[in-house]
Amino acid sequence: MMNFKTILTTLALVIGTSGVAVAADAHSTPHIEKQSWSFAGIFGTYDQNQLQRGFQVFREVCASCHGARLIAFRNLQEEGGPSFSEEQVKALAAEYEVDDATADGGRRKAVPADRWPSPFATEQDARDANGGALPPDFSVLAKARGVTDAFPFWVFNYFTGYSEGGPDYIHALLNGYHEEVPESAPHNSDGTPFDLAEGKHYNDYFPGHAIGMAPPLSDGLVTYVAAEGEAEVPQTLDQYSQDVAAYMMWMAEPHLAGRKQTGFVVLLFLIGFSALMYLTKRRIWQGIEH
Amino acid sequence: MSEHSTYTPGTGIEKWLDERLPIIRFSKEHLMDFPTPKNLNYWWTFGAILVMCLGIQIVTGVILAMHYTPNVAMAFDSVEHIRRDVNGGRMIQSFHAVGASMFFAAVYIHIFRGMYFGSYKAPREILWILGVLIFVLMMATAFMGYVLPWGQMSGWAATVITNIFAAIPVIGTPLLELLRGGFSVGNPTLNRFFSLHYLLPFVIAAVVALHIWALHVPGNNNPVGVDVKDSRDTLPFHPYYTMKDAFGMVLFLIPFCWFAFFAPDILGHPDNYIQFNSQVTPAHIVPEWYFLPFYAILRAIDFNILFIDSKLGGVIFFGGSIVILFFLPWLDTAKTRSGNFRPMFKWFYWIFVVNFIALTYLGAAPAEGIYVILAKISTAYYFLHFLFILPILGRIETPRPLPTSISESVLSKKHA
Amino acid sequence: MATQAHHSTTRRDFIFVATGSVAAVGAAATVWPLINQLNPDASTLALASIEFNLANIPEGQSVTITWRGLPVFVRHRTQAEIDEARAVPLSELKDPATDEQRTKEGHAQWLIMIANCTHLGCVPVGDSGDFDGWFCPCHGSHYDSAGRIRRGPAPANLVLPPYEFLSDTLVQIG
Repeated sequence: MMNFKTILTTLALVIGTSGVAVAADAHSTPHIEKQSWSFAGIFGTYDQNQLQRGFQVFREVCASCHGARLIAFRNLQEEGGPSFSEEQVKALAAEYEVDDATADGGRRKAVPADRWPSPFATEQDARDANGGALPPDFSVLAKARGVTDAFPFWVFNYFTGYSEGGPDYIHALLNGYHEEVPESAPHNSDGTPFDLAEGKHYNDYFPGHAIGMAPPLSDGLVTYVAAEGEAEVPQTLDQYSQDVAAYMMWMAEPHLAGRKQTGFVVLLFLIGFSALMYLTKRRIWQGIEH
Repeated sequence: MSEHSTYTPGTGIEKWLDERLPIIRFSKEHLMDFPTPKNLNYWWTFGAILVMCLGIQIVTGVILAMHYTPNVAMAFDSVEHIRRDVNGGRMIQSFHAVGASMFFAAVYIHIFRGMYFGSYKAPREILWILGVLIFVLMMATAFMGYVLPWGQMSGWAATVITNIFAAIPVIGTPLLELLRGGFSVGNPTLNRFFSLHYLLPFVIAAVVALHIWALHVPGNNNPVGVDVKDSRDTLPFHPYYTMKDAFGMVLFLIPFCWFAFFAPDILGHPDNYIQFNSQVTPAHIVPEWYFLPFYAILRAIDFNILFIDSKLGGVIFFGGSIVILFFLPWLDTAKTRSGNFRPMFKWFYWIFVVNFIALTYLGAAPAEGIYVILAKISTAYYFLHFLFILPILGRIETPRPLPTSISESVLSKKHA
Repeated sequence: MATQAHHSTTRRDFIFVATGSVAAVGAAATVWPLINQLNPDASTLALASIEFNLANIPEGQSVTITWRGLPVFVRHRTQAEIDEARAVPLSELKDPATDEQRTKEGHAQWLIMIANCTHLGCVPVGDSGDFDGWFCPCHGSHYDSAGRIRRGPAPANLVLPPYEFLSDTLVQIG
């Protein structure tokens, strides 16, 4: 038999040494605060009201520059998502136009089966309208961003299943703007203070800190209409960024709730099944010296 | 393979079949009655777990290929189409992606088990060599599969790894263009990787069959490492090891499903959710975790060695770190198989394990500061272990006395 | 001793049967999604039902639209075509159906049919054939102005898709 004490000692040794090595690493980026999301954890599901609010923020603010080409209007009525009604989605789609070579003039009103039309026809158009910066497509953006935890904290993420780095980053980014370059800004390599290029904005969490996007959200920018019997939701930057980050996570991972529900049943099954398998195996090996 | 058989056809049809295609006889001999040492521990169940992993990858892979489009314009979106629109597609895709990681986790355990218990020693050298060949084929398959979703990591992995071949003197550049089907990674590259990614698993399956054949000639090694003496040392494979292996497989599925259902992306990298852009390289480009030790070795050589430049040097050490495994049966000169009876080897084995984990860590760390030096030390130690420590240990070490048979060791363990 | 042995056998049998049954359930639950993935996906199902605006089709004209990947004829029939179709006695028909059965009440001018010949699936040509309807060039089947088979190898009338009028000019097919 392998000596398990040796295994433990060596593992402790490895963890110890690499922990020291990482502690030497210092980043100028402030720590990203992890938010509490309704869709985190084993039993996580999206909050339908939050997704509807997030969709409103997306549509009224973000969508003028950012596309979501993988999202179809019909997705908005799917269970586990914002769950708008069929009529709402139909009416919403009809407000947009899409390309269709078979239609008169090559354009027609969108139907629920159509994908979300992009705000710019080409990448170059998008750059031209945004000072050379390309507003990224939102379809899977929440999964294309993440939070890097220092060792050994990321090890725990494997056991907690932490997959909300994207929304955490998006929330932090939307709250991370400064009007002026702050004191905390890193100095240039030659020691001079951080200089912000024309047309850029300072953000604590954006890699390199100089972001092309102006602060898109501010308190009171979007008017939430509280659903009947629902508590009023604060119209603050923090709330907007929570809502839109949740909505972006849903766009990136629309089947999250179903996946986790199935997973829970599967894990319960496997634990029960492995207990039965163990009993069977022990029965068969009964009386055998091994 | 085995000269005597216990199979007697029961019915006329069985007899008719047996004279023409003795498939029932073969199955009975090799899947049911095969004499297996009675003292195999749970580390030995990883062979069966690996067969399961290959099965999962082939089944989910064939399904994904039904919905995937190998074209640079559509590949990224078609993977998203699988996740979003195909019935159960999100799970099938995540089982395939997580499955690759679990496959490598299992193969590393399997390899390190073989290394500890000396399973590569005579008469099992061919068995070991076939195993290393499977490992190489797995790496090639996993690499090409990783390119298919056509994200940033996919495209840049393809660029970086194919560039390795450009280091070869004289033929490097033409070879690079041959592999890519162009001057840079593009549609021809994606298309051929798709084709080969579909083909290679079946090649792996064929080599696995040879691997099992080569196992069934000398029979299993065992934790004590002494040869089977008589029938008291063994048990028929079925039902004893079929059930033990099946139990191991079900246990293995628990972490597998944990990742697949609750954190399908945690073993990957967020940048692969951005479509490949040949103009922009992601800030931190790292391979999947299972390639990190070898990637660390590739990066560690940042200096010229005589007339060999650092790039070629890195490639030589990278290739050498895998090729050296083929020679392990002859580099380890000790006659004793099991590490349990080798007091000095045991220590060096665990140092090697720690060093290998360190290489994994260093492969992901940024190539700067202390990491560069540590990577060089770890790389040197990796080769030192095979080229100096193992050959010398066999000569200077005094192994502990071996039990005369498996049954004896089993009984003494019980009395202890 | 004997009862003890017996007891142990039953319990063993129970564990074996239980494990086997649970394994069978697990196998079935695993196999189903692997088969179900072959079914039409969500993007295909989203187009299973389409809405079509009839307002732009002048009388005497037809258009071919795509529904579930199949060509569908939408014909704005003239009064003459309707009268002709209604004058045919059922006894003359190979696949008897009245013109009323082939159209919706109050919308007799609209004939909506799947455009695949019921013989071997070719798309018949409009405004041709011996019965002022469609003619299939592949094997010579003639359809009349209600899309009914009149002559040739085809066994049945052109198939009607499920559809309903949402308004006088808007029809939902599927």
